[in-house]
Amino acid sequence: MKILSSRRYTLKGTLALAAALIAGPCLSAAHAADYHLLNVSYDPTRELYSDINHAFPAFWSRTHSGDSVVVTSSHGGSGAQARSVLEGAPADVVTLGLAYDIDILAQNGLLATDWQKRLPHNSTPYTSTIVFLVRKGNPKNIHDWPDLIRDGIQVVTPNPKTSGGARWNYLAAWGWALHQPGGTEQSATAYLKALFAHVPVLDTGARGATNSFVQRGLGDVLIAWEDEALLASRDLGPDKFDIVVPPLTILAEPPVATVDRNVQEHGTEAVSRAYLDFLFSPEGQRIGARHYFRPVDPAIQAETAAVFPHTTTFDVASLGGWTRLQKAHFSDGGVFDQIYSH
Amino acid sequence: MTSQSSRIIPIVLTLLSYTIIGLLIVLPVALILHEALRQGLHTAFETLKDPEARSAIRLTACVTAIVTVINTAGGIAAAWTLTKYDFRGARLLVSLIELPISVSPVIAGLVWLLLFGRQGWWGNWLGHHGLHIAFAVPGIVLATLFVTFPYVARTLMPYMEQQGRAAEEAAFLFGAGFWKTLIHVTLPDAGWALLSGVLLTTARAMGEFGAVAVISGHIPGVTETMPLHIETLYNGYQSVAAFAMAALLVLVAMTTVLIRMFLERSFRKQHP
Amino acid sequence: MKPLTVTGLRYFPRRRQTLPGFSLSLGLTLLWTGLLVVLPLTALLLRPWQHGIGPMLHALHDARMYAALRVSFICAFLAVLIDLPIGLLLAWTLVRYRPPGHRAVDALIDLPFAIPTAVTGIALATLYGPGGWIGAPAGKLGLKLAFSPAGIVIALTFIGLPFIVRSVEPVLRSFPKDVEEAAFLLGASGWQRFCRILLPALAPPLLSGAGLAFARGIGEYGSVIFIAGNQPFHSEVTPLLIVMRLQEFNYDGATSIALILLVTALLCLVAVSHLRRSVSSGLVREDSA
Repeated sequence: MKILSSRRYTLKGTLALAAALIAGPCLSAAHAADYHLLNVSYDPTRELYSDINHAFPAFWSRTHSGDSVVVTSSHGGSGAQARSVLEGAPADVVTLGLAYDIDILAQNGLLATDWQKRLPHNSTPYTSTIVFLVRKGNPKNIHDWPDLIRDGIQVVTPNPKTSGGARWNYLAAWGWALHQPGGTEQSATAYLKALFAHVPVLDTGARGATNSFVQRGLGDVLIAWEDEALLASRDLGPDKFDIVVPPLTILAEPPVATVDRNVQEHGTEAVSRAYLDFLFSPEGQRIGARHYFRPVDPAIQAETAAVFPHTTTFDVASLGGWTRLQKAHFSDGGVFDQIYSH
Repeated sequence: MTSQSSRIIPIVLTLLSYTIIGLLIVLPVALILHEALRQGLHTAFETLKDPEARSAIRLTACVTAIVTVINTAGGIAAAWTLTKYDFRGARLLVSLIELPISVSPVIAGLVWLLLFGRQGWWGNWLGHHGLHIAFAVPGIVLATLFVTFPYVARTLMPYMEQQGRAAEEAAFLFGAGFWKTLIHVTLPDAGWALLSGVLLTTARAMGEFGAVAVISGHIPGVTETMPLHIETLYNGYQSVAAFAMAALLVLVAMTTVLIRMFLERSFRKQHP
Repeated sequence: MKPLTVTGLRYFPRRRQTLPGFSLSLGLTLLWTGLLVVLPLTALLLRPWQHGIGPMLHALHDARMYAALRVSFICAFLAVLIDLPIGLLLAWTLVRYRPPGHRAVDALIDLPFAIPTAVTGIALATLYGPGGWIGAPAGKLGLKLAFSPAGIVIALTFIGLPFIVRSVEPVLRSFPKDVEEAAFLLGASGWQRFCRILLPALAPPLLSGAGLAFARGIGEYGSVIFIAGNQPFHSEVTPLLIVMRLQEFNYDGATSIALILLVTALLCLVAVSHLRRSVSSGLVREDSA
């Protein structure tokens, strides 16, 4: 009998433990915020939106005193992020790597199809471009796109099927090849095939690729967003990397939008719109420039011109527009799949 | 010669095993603690106070608690059914219960997406009715339930098998009902095994990564559990914060392991 | 209490069900198993065919999937091969010699199982990476451990170790000493005793431990992706390919690969359990396991 009762204590202990585990954490999940916004963004904007999210509540309370706003950002490959919103992630605003990813959301009824007309500059608060990040002193002597397919060069770029940045990288290479004398779609495909034969790792997002190059020491050159390359070369390892700006590259335009269906459900239409407006305000533009995103406001452009190297760019429209490009290159069985199908 | 070698061999083998343990297991754990404390204990604690870190800890604790309770209840029912009665199909049931062990965690997340994702069977319909399961907390709970499904049943069954059915049958003859028999006769006797299974479930539930990564949506402060938050921090170049949270999980894991070892030893003393 | 029970049993010879509550407890069990295991796995079984046989055929023609399966299976197999002697050595040392600190070491062996896989992943990637405690000296010798298939093997070796040790330990502990002593008296050397008597007895538990470690290895995700390098056709494991397909929003592709992975994993487990049965019936009767 004595043994039995001592055993019963064990059982009671188990139950008590379980009860304590449940009751403890579940009871304390309250936030003091009137508004809680979720910004689903792409990979290299972690540092940018961490600052924007800090600065925005003050901007909002100038017109709405007494309110409190908390903004959370989630980051990942642009395509993967769009898909998680499509799958039900409750995003109030999306700030993605390229327009096509927001178009997908619009096609599925999450926001109006004319979303790009709702904000200035085609809803693009900052632009960027695609550059090369190389090891300090440029030991492999990389200056332009043809250098990437020389023997013995390893190129790091993420998977264009999941990453927005990778699609810009890919299209920058594609556009460059098309712009060469005698360039055709065949010659451009051949160049891309040669290029991806030099890629040792395909991460799902731009940040994963930067990690591979910066932290893991993989590859000789990282094809990257200019902002990501400047961040890596100036903040992460000033003595470890150099930036090479190719003479001809693409103008990357990452757009933003409110997700109509979700903001209606959450009652956050006004504050979400204000959050996006803030990105276009002088203050928002300056924060963007501080994180190496090229401002669209001419005044701030002039202010920060010294930060950004000059280069010649072409845009996506000149290549045929996102819808066509996406279908031809990144859909199942498209050019990218053919490149990888050995 | 023989006696000399028989004295040397144990020493050599012991040194060899301790070296392997040191390299294979102790070194990674030491590295986690070292990286976490790189900028001092204070900094490590500060990173855990970050609102997103706190929310991840809270979510993990909550999910773990729910999962542990459900799988403990189910595990007890299954172990009792399978050891106290004879019925056709029992073997099939055992195989089904053990199946999740050999299923990849990624698949464990995927299967719920097939049911509750927007592309899945019921996701759209439920979404229109305001019920979000995939890319929300319920999805995380379901994925974790699948991954930790067998542990309580598996640790309980051998002990309950050993118990036989005599005590329960006696209790029943004395007029005890089903619940009374289960709670006062069977479970106290299998208490050690039960607690050990519960601890195993807790440890695995806390640390599940693959299954949760597939279904969570990675929203910091909302659907990011501790392991997912570690990945986010690691990708965001916040090494100290990532390893501080990793160290916290390692400490909990070590505690679980120690308690289980203690339990097993006292069980062995009771049942030599 | 005990004698009464026995008498009780004598008075009531066991019918098929002597205890009450059968339908209740069976119902609960079936509900729990049905909702949490059978239902989702049914979805996995049915989904690849939902849009015709096309997606499955597409998956079966995908060279990248075969490459990923090959990486997963070879790495898991190599890891098990490394784990088997190490696991046997550890179990042997802990059970037979009980050296100082064996209790602590015994507890340590469970850690790979209890530590979250993502934590294992970042720890191993840092440790074996180019600047890590082991990776840096290995790099000087020209060895590239992390971000290559070798990294996958390292991670899976770590993950699999407890399975081997924990299946061998109880058999080793209950192995009758007198058999060994008899062999010793008959003049068998230490090595002969080990090979002829112990190893056959240990083969079944070693095999089942290896089967579990292998099944876990081919499905492993968290600890692998941080250290693997994730290069298609080279260091991309199957679970990662499933995640890639999901992120590309290719559900049919992801599900087809998942089903193929699951079926192959189960076939391997069945094969191992057959092998185990034939080994144990052919060599020694397995009454200790």
